Amino acid sequence: MKTIPVLPAIRRRTIMALFLTILLGGVALGQDNSDCFTCHEDKSLTTERRGKPVSLFVDQAIFLKSVHADLSCVTCHVDLEGKEMPHGVPVVPVVCGTCHTSEEELHKESLHGKAVARGDALAPNCQSCHGSHAIARTKSAESAVSPLRIPFMCGRCHQEGTRVQRERVILQSHILENYSESIHAEGLMRRGLVVSANCASCHTPHFILPHTDPRSSIARGNIAATCTVCHAQIEDVHRKVIKGALWEKEEHVLPACVDCHQPHKARKVFYDQGMADQDCMRCHANLSIRSSADGRSLAVQSDTLAHSKHQKISCSQCHAGVNASRHRPCETIAQKVDCSSCHAEVGQQYQGSMHGKLIANNDPNGPTCKECHGTHEVKGRTDSSSPIFALNIPRLCGKCHQEGKKAAMRYTGSEHEIVNHYTESIHGKGLLKSGLTVTATCSDCHPAHNVRPISDPASSVNPENVPVTCGRCHHGIQEQFVQSIHSTLKHKTDKKLPVCNDCHSAHTIRRTDIAGFKLDIMTKCGQCHEKIATTYFDTYHGKVSQLGYTQTAKCYDCHGAHDIRPVADPQSHLSHDNVVGTCQKCHPGATRRFAGYLTHATHHDPDKYPFLFWTFWGMTGLLIGTFVLGGAHTLLWLPRALQMRRERRRRLEKKNQESKNDNA
Amino acid sequence: MHSPESEHQVVRFSRLERVLHIVMIVSFISLALTGMTLKFSYTGWANVLSRMLGGYESAGYIHRIAAVFMFGIFFAHLYNVLIRKRKEAGSLRGLLLGPDTMLPTKQDLREFVASIKWFLNLGPRPEYGRWTYWEKFDYFAVFWGVFIIGSTGLMLWFPEFFTQFMPGWFINVATIIHSDEALLAVGFIFTVHFFNTHLRPEKFPMDLVIFTGRVPLEEFMEERPREYEALKKSGELENMMADPYPPIVLRTVKVFAWTALSLGFLLIVMIIYAMVFAYR
Repeated sequence: MKTIPVLPAIRRRTIMALFLTILLGGVALGQDNSDCFTCHEDKSLTTERRGKPVSLFVDQAIFLKSVHADLSCVTCHVDLEGKEMPHGVPVVPVVCGTCHTSEEELHKESLHGKAVARGDALAPNCQSCHGSHAIARTKSAESAVSPLRIPFMCGRCHQEGTRVQRERVILQSHILENYSESIHAEGLMRRGLVVSANCASCHTPHFILPHTDPRSSIARGNIAATCTVCHAQIEDVHRKVIKGALWEKEEHVLPACVDCHQPHKARKVFYDQGMADQDCMRCHANLSIRSSADGRSLAVQSDTLAHSKHQKISCSQCHAGVNASRHRPCETIAQKVDCSSCHAEVGQQYQGSMHGKLIANNDPNGPTCKECHGTHEVKGRTDSSSPIFALNIPRLCGKCHQEGKKAAMRYTGSEHEIVNHYTESIHGKGLLKSGLTVTATCSDCHPAHNVRPISDPASSVNPENVPVTCGRCHHGIQEQFVQSIHSTLKHKTDKKLPVCNDCHSAHTIRRTDIAGFKLDIMTKCGQCHEKIATTYFDTYHGKVSQLGYTQTAKCYDCHGAHDIRPVADPQSHLSHDNVVGTCQKCHPGATRRFAGYLTHATHHDPDKYPFLFWTFWGMTGLLIGTFVLGGAHTLLWLPRALQMRRERRRRLEKKNQESKNDNA
Repeated sequence: MHSPESEHQVVRFSRLERVLHIVMIVSFISLALTGMTLKFSYTGWANVLSRMLGGYESAGYIHRIAAVFMFGIFFAHLYNVLIRKRKEAGSLRGLLLGPDTMLPTKQDLREFVASIKWFLNLGPRPEYGRWTYWEKFDYFAVFWGVFIIGSTGLMLWFPEFFTQFMPGWFINVATIIHSDEALLAVGFIFTVHFFNTHLRPEKFPMDLVIFTGRVPLEEFMEERPREYEALKKSGELENMMADPYPPIVLRTVKVFAWTALSLGFLLIVMIIYAMVFAYR
């Protein structure tokens, strides 16, 4: 943290040195304080300055109690040293800086010092605050600058109605009045907490500068450091301010303390009285207010904010960079609203996401926070009127990802009709038909702020991460799957292993207990297990499935679905100990011999299944032989049969002719 | 061929034999349709047919019921053979070695050779008797088929029972035998058998003898001269003469026969399509 020039240690050392000099040297000087008090004891001793009588009385009792009691009068009134008493007038003004060098230096540079130099009659010099002969230790209650007195001391000039307030440029009004109602004054003046902030705590005692001066303790860049002198660990506890370090490093990003906790008015109830929203609404409530740059409406409906998630956030917290001292505090705003100043973690995720990268590349298609969350009306995801409420998410994402919309048009992958498919999927039906808000929506698989392309290893939908993503809801399945032969954790191979969506698809996920899925899954298995799927279809089970019936053994009925393990694994459904039980699921009378049925048998493989091969070819030989003999016999017969037919017809005609002749 | 009602007809098949054949047609076609949907499940027609049959489970029940009927026919025929043994031949020996035996004889071999010669225009048409060699072949093909398809079918029906004393892969072998033998049976019946009995030009479009049991005397004389001579000599012929059935019976029989014939041909077309165009 930056150190503000208050110099307590240096000052103390200087004073000690001066004391020693005076103690040793004072005796040598012939001029005793008693000489001075001879005259200045007289309460009626006066002189005239600018036509006014001024008392020259010095109360010795008070002086002897003062911090300067051990000094001789001429230590300060240096021009009187060695002069004949009584001395003449005028006396040269005391220069405290002779001893208090650094304070003098600071004061000279300060607002007050410069005014003094200008000859401003209202400018305060050392005595204005510290007094003269009665100066007490600052820690003591008698001191004019003791913590409890400071507000009143400063308030002598800095309260309503004073000449300073009226005649000089002071941007704040009702300073003392506001302060006295603030939480700092409550601590100091009602509870006697002397460590509570007084004027000097923030403005420093001697180096008071306007906030526009970058050296000022109340300059925008230094405010956080000034406040954290006392509120040292505010970064750790401040509501919603993650990474408070930004307060100092990038003060333009975050609102400064005073943007919310207005100077002098700082309260426990912050924002109503803070850099007040009503100040903003003076202009922005006007529905016709428009940006001079691009003509967009700048109107803010005050009740939208009041019903939003940010109802307790003041305008200036998001619209950082306001300057409360300006007539239009917003004219100093240089940055767009940066939600990550509070939502830092989310902001960081977003930066790495596809959406954030588009924005980083100035792509107009990239959505920013407000595209999904809105602006002043921002609502939580549990609010059913929020665009990010579960039921509304498909529509929200569909605004860009629906077929024909901008995201769908630039997308080059294999998923199409995403929103329509999702709507028909089990998740979509669960959400939109059954109204189950716990159903997976877009953002459950593609995390809202961390949407990444499938090729990105950090993507939730990258094949490596899909089991975890699905497992967030389907945890029991994930546990089975990671132990299965398809899991990359269990099976090291160069081949691509399937993950959830390879069998279940991404956006067209169906109920697994409907016929369509059950039959489809065999093609899914067959995509990788090509040979074994083909041979399956040569068996009774396969043939019945192929006809479109599900009440027969399909891949997963024997192998399991998510818990497929190598046959050698004792936990496999097909292990030596389990296989009979697996068959018995459908064939209650199954025995070990029964389990010897070849479920993927093919008669095309003479090495693996010689019996089947030779049976098939034996049968085929018989078939061909019979047909060749039968066919040849028939074909040879054909000409004779035709001949017989002709002869019979001729005979019949002849007979008919004869019978006609007979009749005739 | 159309015969006038007054025309004399020779009774060739008994009532039981005719009933058994009709039941067999129904059973066989049912078995074929339901079985082939499974065998050619990769085709579109199998999918449609399976649904028309009420799904694979329903088709399975039809298949098994038809199979039970087929077994019934098989045993009813054996029973019939025993009855005939007692009535006609008196002894098994007489039945098996008599002139009308179903067993292959030297005469059959001679007739086969003579037939080939006749086909090649190298000789006259053989004088066939009661049973020609191709009829005997058909008859034993059914025996063989019922045994092979029936036994493997039982294995597929009750795999849990059969695997108590057979290895599991026997079921796979049984599947191949069952389905390929069925393909052979269906293919043979609906082509060669249909030709021999219906599509033969001299019988075209169909020979109703298996339904009516009656064949016009003139045709009988022409086709089976050896049997005709024998019957005439023994005087049995007179006992075997009967009047033709009335037209209404013939029409009913024709409707049934045409249906069966069409289904058979349809199945052949579908099988050829499946094996030639959709095989995998």
